[in-house]
Amino acid sequence: MKVLLSLLLLVLLLFAASLLVGPAGLGVGDSLAALFRGEGDAVVLVMREIRLPRALLGAMVGAVLGLSGAAMQGYLRNPLAEPGIIGISSSSALGAVLALQTGAAAMFPLALPLSALSGAGIAVLLILALAGPRGGAMALILAGIAISALAGALTSLVLNLSSNPFAAMEIVFWMMGSLADRSMQHVWLAAPFMVAGSALLLAMGRPLDALTLGEDAAASMGVNLTRLRWQLVIGTALAVGASVAVAGAVGFVGLVVPHLVRPLMGARPSRVLPASMLGGACMVLAADVAVRIVAPDQDLKLGVLTALIGAPFFLHLIWRLRGAEA
Amino acid sequence: MTLLALRDLTVRRGTCPVVDHVSLTVDEGEFVGLIGPNGAGKTTLLRGALGLLPSLGQSSLLALAPKARARAAAFLPQGREIAWPVSVETVVALGRAPHLGQGTEAVDRALTRMGLEPYRDRKATELSGGEQARVLIARALAQEAPLLLADEPVAGLDPEAQLRTMEVFADLAAEGRGVVASIHDLGLAARACTRLVLLHRGQVVADGPPRQVLSESNLADVFGVRGFHAETPDGPVFQPMGVLR
Repeated sequence: MKVLLSLLLLVLLLFAASLLVGPAGLGVGDSLAALFRGEGDAVVLVMREIRLPRALLGAMVGAVLGLSGAAMQGYLRNPLAEPGIIGISSSSALGAVLALQTGAAAMFPLALPLSALSGAGIAVLLILALAGPRGGAMALILAGIAISALAGALTSLVLNLSSNPFAAMEIVFWMMGSLADRSMQHVWLAAPFMVAGSALLLAMGRPLDALTLGEDAAASMGVNLTRLRWQLVIGTALAVGASVAVAGAVGFVGLVVPHLVRPLMGARPSRVLPASMLGGACMVLAADVAVRIVAPDQDLKLGVLTALIGAPFFLHLIWRLRGAEA
Repeated sequence: MTLLALRDLTVRRGTCPVVDHVSLTVDEGEFVGLIGPNGAGKTTLLRGALGLLPSLGQSSLLALAPKARARAAAFLPQGREIAWPVSVETVVALGRAPHLGQGTEAVDRALTRMGLEPYRDRKATELSGGEQARVLIARALAQEAPLLLADEPVAGLDPEAQLRTMEVFADLAAEGRGVVASIHDLGLAARACTRLVLLHRGQVVADGPPRQVLSESNLADVFGVRGFHAETPDGPVFQPMGVLR
């Protein structure tokens, strides 16, 4: 409980930091007051239309990435699993890329996120077709890898055939993942999917605990494995699909955050879920503040930074694992 | 009262029946040793009876909804898996899942029975293989179901833990519960079980008191070994002595 409260406090602090850091250089008191004050003012506009959605999306995207990473690792009983493993992220990225390439995104602002969400939906249908309605974790992973590879290949194909270098450039930048220049519209679009997906994933706690002892033991304790699997796939599709739709591909959060919080929660999957949710929000908020401080004029992409932090961390994990096995 | 009733239970792998028309009942107070050579269908029989594999025929457990089944029968799978570095107490408490997590006394009883009190707060994944096996047995005990199905519970345990586990199972039976355990150690089975069921190529070829099931002809036909029987003040002794084939 203490850990969760500390994490929540950290989320609130970083959320405030995210509200207060930006190129407009507003005073602390001024900016916070502007959130609650009347209309008109430039400060009010910056705070409400630029910084508030950015901070909200940072917290939301981080929360669902951390949560779905923890759920995926718990279900597959594998600390190397991450939300992208079942092909949802790459399919929704493909959806977004198609919206950028066809120009739909330029004509109608919500075309991109909606197209990304459709990509996630199609991935779920493909998983259903490939892995079957029943079946174990292995079938799910294999189906996911196949879908990931296919979506990745199609994305490359779009880039390859793109006759417009600006569109190609835009696609490449979009795929790096960012929270810059998002509006409250993005928040309202993503929120319902993320809330529904998170509810499904958070409810997996007890079954995931039982699954610690393997599929047979869990099933003999009354866990419905078929249902659990669909809860995972649909929950991840809603949450991560919405996250990719509004922020692009932000990597490593779902992989790294559950590792960080696991020792703090006694390694129990049901307790790692909410902690990863808060931890993910912390990580993305912190990274999004960092991109604004480190390179204020360069538009450093969020996904680039999380990967830059995440990859060495991953190496550290391998290092420790090697030490433990030697 | 009957705790488990199988009628013509058949489990196929492809077209080959791995469990072939097995009929079996287990009553309160019985400690049934499920014996047979490798590949005889012991594991498949247990999993089929629990509905973990699709099967033909009838199993009284399959008539129950999954939640009710989890309260009627506990299962100790052969694969010993503890995926996360959780505490011993946490693993054992997972056995209370079918009871919605209620009943910490049951966890204490299970830990005491398996002699695991000193390990309570240790990380389960840091224990030795044999110790982990005892933790997992304690988990199944904590479920406190009327029937316990255990797949090779004593494989890989040290002599003390083997005897203790068999004693615990015999005690459960004496308390009026039922235990079915697949066992390769015929000597242990002969001493502790109230009844043995001998499986061969998916079929029950003998079912009855240990002395009768471990007859010279059954041992020769099914296992291809000969054995030695004796009655001692400490109870019956059986030891396989030599290979026949």
